[in-house]
Amino acid sequence: MVDQEHFEPVIIGFTCNWCSYRAADLAGTARVKYPPNVRLIRLMCSGRLDPTFVLKALAGGADGVLITGCHPGECHYLEQNYKALRRFLLLRRTLVAMGLEPARVRLVWASAAEGVKLAHEIETMVAEIRALGPLRWRQNGFTPDNAHDAHAFAVAAEEVSA
Amino acid sequence: MTRLTIDPITRLEGHGKIEIFLDDDGNVANTYFQIPELRGFERFCVGRPVEEMPLLTNRICGVCPEAHHMAAAKAADAVYGVEPPPAAKKLRELLYSGFYFTDHTTHFYALGGPDFVMGPDAPVAERNILGVIHKVGLEIGGKVIQARQYGHRIVELIGGRKVHPCTSIPGGVTKALKEHERAEIEKMGRWAIEFAQFSLKLFDDIVLGNPAYVDLILGDVYAHRTYSIGLVDANNKINFYDGRVSVVDPDGARLGFYTPAEYTEWISERVEPWTYLKFPYLKKIGWKGFVDGKESGVYTSTPLSRLNASDGMATPLAQEAYERFFSVLGGKPVHQRLATHWARLVELLYAAERIVELATDPEITSPKVHAVPTATPTEGIGVVEAPRGLLTHHYVTDERGLLKKVNLIVGTTNNYAAMSMSIKKAAQAFIKQGVVVTEGILNRVEMAFRPYDPCFGCATHALPGEMPLVLTIRDAKGEVVRQVRNC
Amino acid sequence: MSVNGSKPKFAMYWASSCGGCEIAVLNTGLKILDVDAAFDVVFWPVAMDAKYKDVEALPDGAITLTLFNGGIRNDENVAMAKLLRRKSQILVAFGSCATEGCIPGLANLSPAREVFDTAYGTVSTENPMGVRPQPEVKMPEGVLHIPVFASTVRTLEQVVDVDYFIPGCPPESHQIALVIDLVIQALNGKAQLPPKGATIGAGASTVCDECPRQRNVKKIRAFVRIQELETVDPDLCLLEQGIPCNGPAIRNGCGALCPRAGAQCIGCYGPAEGVVDNGARLIAAFASVVDSNDPVEIERILDGIPDPAGQFYRFSLAGSLLHASRAVR
Ligand code: SF4
Ligand code: SF4
Ligand code: SF4
Ligand code: FES
Repeated sequence: MVDQEHFEPVIIGFTCNWCSYRAADLAGTARVKYPPNVRLIRLMCSGRLDPTFVLKALAGGADGVLITGCHPGECHYLEQNYKALRRFLLLRRTLVAMGLEPARVRLVWASAAEGVKLAHEIETMVAEIRALGPLRWRQNGFTPDNAHDAHAFAVAAEEVSA
Repeated sequence: MTRLTIDPITRLEGHGKIEIFLDDDGNVANTYFQIPELRGFERFCVGRPVEEMPLLTNRICGVCPEAHHMAAAKAADAVYGVEPPPAAKKLRELLYSGFYFTDHTTHFYALGGPDFVMGPDAPVAERNILGVIHKVGLEIGGKVIQARQYGHRIVELIGGRKVHPCTSIPGGVTKALKEHERAEIEKMGRWAIEFAQFSLKLFDDIVLGNPAYVDLILGDVYAHRTYSIGLVDANNKINFYDGRVSVVDPDGARLGFYTPAEYTEWISERVEPWTYLKFPYLKKIGWKGFVDGKESGVYTSTPLSRLNASDGMATPLAQEAYERFFSVLGGKPVHQRLATHWARLVELLYAAERIVELATDPEITSPKVHAVPTATPTEGIGVVEAPRGLLTHHYVTDERGLLKKVNLIVGTTNNYAAMSMSIKKAAQAFIKQGVVVTEGILNRVEMAFRPYDPCFGCATHALPGEMPLVLTIRDAKGEVVRQVRNC
Repeated sequence: MSVNGSKPKFAMYWASSCGGCEIAVLNTGLKILDVDAAFDVVFWPVAMDAKYKDVEALPDGAITLTLFNGGIRNDENVAMAKLLRRKSQILVAFGSCATEGCIPGLANLSPAREVFDTAYGTVSTENPMGVRPQPEVKMPEGVLHIPVFASTVRTLEQVVDVDYFIPGCPPESHQIALVIDLVIQALNGKAQLPPKGATIGAGASTVCDECPRQRNVKKIRAFVRIQELETVDPDLCLLEQGIPCNGPAIRNGCGALCPRAGAQCIGCYGPAEGVVDNGARLIAAFASVVDSNDPVEIERILDGIPDPAGQFYRFSLAGSLLHASRAVR
């Protein structure tokens, strides 16, 4: 069992250079506290976010992924954040269908001035994922090389039929 | 409990495995025919949209994807309660007839037939298609290749691909037939009729002309008195694509008919812990173990069982062949399993005739090949006659047409119990105290299941009759006495 | 088959396979004769009797070329993959099952126990005691064995090192013929084999590139299921008609067979060149045709794809980034 108390979620944040990355920066300089669980990766725009990045983060051990971009209408590359929105919504549906909790991926709009808002969003997300526990993709009941585990569930039936 | 060491070779080569146990006297005590694989389509198709089932279930078997494609399409039609336009149904049946033609040809010439053409005792190196070519002449090889190509071409013209066709959807098909394609199919169909007649003639000359083979066919070792089932049309004539299932008892009396929707009242499946494949049986009769007779629910679903369960063939030349079949073999029903090879050729002729019938149907090139389903999807059952036995797909969906429940009873599975019995009987007949088990004996045992044309592509992975077979013989203590393989 | 031991050795094996890959090879017709002329066929269960012992007896690396089809579903598949890896100089993952898990890989969406519970508890199964097949069963006459069912389907590469990949379900016969020619030429020093890890027997772009249907970069307001359409325009891109066609992210090589026959590409040739995760690329492609900036409206349009996991990972789930991450070798 996971030790929920000592579980520190790892969250990868893909942030837009023009708004949310600065917001995070601002939060830092203004000493607004947000949990240190998020590792930020700067993109030039949220529209640059390839769904592959998110999958790589989750496959590589992240417990959640945060995507941030400029508010609708404020993207420096015009409508690219809408593109990010469409991708995000479809990606989240897909991940949920593959067994992930929807709270593990999150899209947040934050302008360069919204350091406090961003810090708050991060805090909420960390708390939610802490409650969910580690993603533990590897463990999810699938241990391919452990043949005995794989078949253990059926042993009772052998006794029944013998 | 003394645990035996697992022989790694046996396990590795276990694509199809027969375990034979000998008693203290060295006679056969029991045999087990084991199927080593499960893939779980019934589970992972859940959640998928029903229109994808003809594409997903194709991948159950690359030998008979056409059968799964059709059964799935029909089940999907039923889920929506939609009736495809006549041209769409005819196109599906035409595709299916082309597939039958290829498949039966392959079995007769490459897999089952060589036993007869070459003789059961011919050296293994000659008991194959090449041996057949050497014996009956070079041009036959070319014809067989041609026959296979024609069948595949028909599948491709209608189904879009040679393996794993893609055109059937709920309510019909995605592609109408163009006139030049129709003309090509008609031409191939006419050639196919000649080829099928030639094949029957070959069987006449080589097998029926040889009293020793006739004795072998009529002998008791390869006979089992079981129930027979087969898909028939409104006139009780064999149909591969559509109809109701006729069930006859070991005496040839009709137990009844069932429509696809009634299959659960008729068929049950039994689970044994030593194999991944289930054993279907007639529910009304019940499971009495691996035994013959009227009291036992074991049935067969093969070319032979179809001839037994029907009142004839729907095309004229095939009907003649059907009548000759029963008159030579002494009337209905025929229980000698080796006669299945002959029955397959009767069906080959029917498939060929049906290709021409459908290809010359004025409706076949109609552009109207799809009806849009309008009802809310719920539940549907689709049945076709696959070459290796009746194929049943049963789907339950939610109101969006996403699968909630899937049940599949695939062709080869129907005959699993009967095959196991045939193997045991042959083993008991040929493996006796003091007899050295040779490759020739192994072939006699193999000949017991080859008429069923077992395709474990459906159940596991091997091709029809090409199962890399390992026969392990153990003594009364369970120790391995000997292992023989078909190589 | 040739018995001349001096020729390079060839093997083909099916693991957890439907047999369609083998049929596709046989459908190359006369090319089989080229294989027979150029190679000493040492192991090929579909075409000749299996000689497992002979394979085992060969020195390591003795087989020049092995085509391996089918996925890794049980311990027997694993053992065969390891054996053939040891014995082969060039090991090719052949077909969708071996390269990316294929349709049977969708089983990885459910725990193995559920696969068993479903298969041995269907409506027509009479199984009041809940019997399940066992790897080892004691019967009155002795102990019987069947392979151990693994908890997931794996690709060949997730079990052993692989040299080349041939995509397709099954690979199209004309593509197989080209690969056979290439290998034979390379053996004769007349051609160079591509670098290790390459995908061969397919194109380097997408199915759309080979599709004759016209694309106008049109956006859509709704996805439709193919059976719902009164008429499907025979010349227009299916995706632009709302039909969820996977062509934009799928590797070319088949000649766009399905769209030509009026059906959507379901993705059997796997990810296009350079695509790390098939699903990710498809998600990007599908999202880009959605004609809306409004979250509510976008969600409504996306409701038209009722099974996103199946839609985007139909053939590639076992090999996907997420699933590969839990398939420990
Ligand atoms: S890749 Fe396709 S054709 Fe090949 S074995 Fe797998 S399911 Fe069959
Ligand atoms: S999306 Fe499909 S129909 Fe459209 S061009 Fe690509 S392959 Fe053709
Ligand atoms: S169109 Fe797509 S699904 Fe059809 S054969 Fe080509 S790659 Fe496979
Ligand atoms: S620039 Fe910030 S989202 Fe596009």
